[in-house]
Amino acid sequence: MISNSLPQSLIDNPLLSQWIAFDEPGRVRVGSGRVEIGQGIVTALAQIAAEELDVTFGQVNLVSGQTDFSPNEGFTSGSYSIAIGGASIRLVCAEVRSLFLERAAEKLGCKANELSIEDGRFFRAGKDTGMDYWAIAGDVALDRRASGTAPTKLPSSYRVVGKNIPRVDLPAKVAGAAFIHDIVAENVLHARVLRQPWRGARLVALDESAVRKAAKAPIEILREGNFVAFMADAEINVMRAAEAARSVARWEGGEPLPDNAGTPDWLKAQVARDRTVETGLKGRTEGKVFSARYSRPFLTYGSIGTACALAQFQDGALKVWSHTQGPAVVREWLARALSLKASQVSVFHRQGAGAYGHNTADDAAFDASFIALRHPGRTVRVQWSREDEFSGAPLSTAMAIELRAVLDHDNKPADWTIEIWSPPHAQRPGYNGNSNFAGAEALPNAPPLNEVGDVPDERGGGATRNAYAIYDLPRHRLIHHMLPKVPLRTSSLRGLGAWANVFAIESFMDELAERAGEDPVTYRLSLLSDPRPRRVVETVAQMSGWFESKTLGEGRAHGFGFARYKNIAAFAAVVVEIEVDEEICLKRVWCAADAGLVITPDGARNQIEGGIIMGASFAMKEQIRFKDGRIAAAGWDDYPILRFSEVPEIDIRLIDAPNEAALGLGETSVGPTCAAIGNAVARALGKRIRDMPLTRERIMTTLLAE
Amino acid sequence: MSKGCDLVVNGRSVHVDADEATPLLAVLRDELNLRGTRFGCGTEQCGTCMVLIDGVPDFACTRTVESAAGKSVTTIEGLACNGALHPLQQAFLDEQAGQCGYCLSGILISAAALLERNKRPSRAEIVEALDKHLCRCGMHNRVIRAVQRASAAMAGAAA
Ligand code: FES
Ligand code: FES
Repeated sequence: MISNSLPQSLIDNPLLSQWIAFDEPGRVRVGSGRVEIGQGIVTALAQIAAEELDVTFGQVNLVSGQTDFSPNEGFTSGSYSIAIGGASIRLVCAEVRSLFLERAAEKLGCKANELSIEDGRFFRAGKDTGMDYWAIAGDVALDRRASGTAPTKLPSSYRVVGKNIPRVDLPAKVAGAAFIHDIVAENVLHARVLRQPWRGARLVALDESAVRKAAKAPIEILREGNFVAFMADAEINVMRAAEAARSVARWEGGEPLPDNAGTPDWLKAQVARDRTVETGLKGRTEGKVFSARYSRPFLTYGSIGTACALAQFQDGALKVWSHTQGPAVVREWLARALSLKASQVSVFHRQGAGAYGHNTADDAAFDASFIALRHPGRTVRVQWSREDEFSGAPLSTAMAIELRAVLDHDNKPADWTIEIWSPPHAQRPGYNGNSNFAGAEALPNAPPLNEVGDVPDERGGGATRNAYAIYDLPRHRLIHHMLPKVPLRTSSLRGLGAWANVFAIESFMDELAERAGEDPVTYRLSLLSDPRPRRVVETVAQMSGWFESKTLGEGRAHGFGFARYKNIAAFAAVVVEIEVDEEICLKRVWCAADAGLVITPDGARNQIEGGIIMGASFAMKEQIRFKDGRIAAAGWDDYPILRFSEVPEIDIRLIDAPNEAALGLGETSVGPTCAAIGNAVARALGKRIRDMPLTRERIMTTLLAE
Repeated sequence: MSKGCDLVVNGRSVHVDADEATPLLAVLRDELNLRGTRFGCGTEQCGTCMVLIDGVPDFACTRTVESAAGKSVTTIEGLACNGALHPLQQAFLDEQAGQCGYCLSGILISAAALLERNKRPSRAEIVEALDKHLCRCGMHNRVIRAVQRASAAMAGAAA
């Protein structure tokens, strides 16, 4: 059911006028705190607004992420945008439509239910009344609280939602300038910042004359504590300066990382905060026990563009242009970190390259703002280098996961334990009472860092996201070792802990099925009583010919993986076909997904396909390594991701469920893809690799360990 | 001091003042204000900066402006003809081949060069031509379909 209870965004921004205005003839301005990060959200939200208001798609002006005009919706993350941001817009627009109809009826001396709206014009008995939204906008007060009670459209009557509307942002992107990096500003001062190589590192020497020489033009150097910035009128000169500074700067102190950071042994040796959550009936705890340990390394989000921000300080007001995922939150924390009042700061969202989590956009916003305060009147522009993107960005954390099952007579799990070792998956601005801006940490008198916590289970969990297996398990135990003292900004990347947990759980399911001598899909179905997930599993099995093609020949195999993202969002089941010799070649992927009501089917497929490719990249290739205390990656050669020549053909089927609520789907295919690859490799090699990534190195070691 | 360089950009002769060691990318973006060519890595590892130099795709991040002197440079802004989108640009829109879109201008340049020398490329040939381009959003299959669609459209138009 599509529920009408008030979503969080509407509780936080209760006035209709915070969401909507009719201040431009023929156009309705709808605000959203959600921002475009390449997922097509601006298009999808405008579709919802057009649907409920009975205006055309083109009449909606969706204003996203401008703190002066848009509601505060925190961060665009966790597949919440449609589920919560979209639900708010649906309720607001439905209510506004009702209010306008009542007002129009009063003026026309008829009943509201005699009127209908088309393209924003009001009709009575099929005849244009000459009235439209804009004509009576002055008579309808929108400074009132949303009640959430106005009737919304029935999905069966949708005209705009569910249609493939071309993305509004794409035409500019295939033609030329389109991103924050491309803004042409007056009176620009270009800046680059030297980053600390590890947390708390102290700058003990910097040969400034070498840096100035390398810049090949006069530059200004700003030094405050360990924050060092280079400034000039042309970007090329500060690029050269920063590059030279990286190689001549000498650092001491702080908390350099050991080379084995991220391995299961290292994780288990860290300070931990432990908790146990037990559910289900106390049942059999003795019997055949099976257990296995899985892991994933540190990863980076790896946006193709680097971070960029512009800031201008004039007459006590700071204006910031940023590709942040949380304009309103960043505004608040910029103000705090810079000792300004929030009312002095405005943040304007502009698009950057795809963000798949907590990237460096917020850090760049701080860099630019900090420098702007010291150069009033100038527009300070900061862009990060590729090296800094790798070495200075928040990391997606390594995890170790152990699964243990006590099996009953028919080899089904009677008692199930998942034990997780992981630093937190959330250190966005404000998360632990710290700004968490990289630049702010480098300043003299930087506020002490508070101990970090992970995302609570009620909000989807961080390390525990998808830790609860979706199967019928009579007794479940979660042991969570949260590691709060790891000296890294571990933060959110697409799916947080979900895909590692899904990799572990789904690998374990295959291992249990093998012990039971059953087909992995059949075994799972015997533990899935709910018809909705069963349908997803059965659909992908049918698409891929799972039951018809058990053996594919030497070194080739199918693998299966399934999950419901966050246990409350969209379901996705994936089958992959691979061929392995020294390396894995991913040949084909099939995916069935149930995301409830789908606003933009083509956009949904696009997201699912992107998630499959990213999941394959995570599972097969990606890993951050450490050397000399710091992250040992300067470019893509050190951190390969899946390329054109490695991308498989992909078949996606969206299961039609228009009467179910829209479920977040941006992250749903990642975990099942990782798991399906792991399972296919195990079937092809006859030996299982339980540590991601499944690289050539690991395959060789596994094969040689025979 | 250097006297700058002369080159032809998108069919227009220009004189640029930057010192000759300046990357072509910086000159295109900052001096000529052609901002569709993007910085991604600066080390020939991602392809976002791809331009055509005398018709051949090359990395503007590492080519110096001096090395392009006297040559003809085509950027994404030069693909459209008389205000009409290049068939590739149209095909990318028709296939909705993009998420964040940051990689697209570089990919379009390489794809344009491919279709220039091979009117009906196979999937494998498209993959080979685009393999130096990274796309983190996972748009590869859509991009391949878009190139195939453009190739079909161009063949249809020529017939
Ligand atoms: S910016 Fe030139 S290849 Fe990456
Ligand atoms: S569409 Fe985002 S990098 Fe390709």
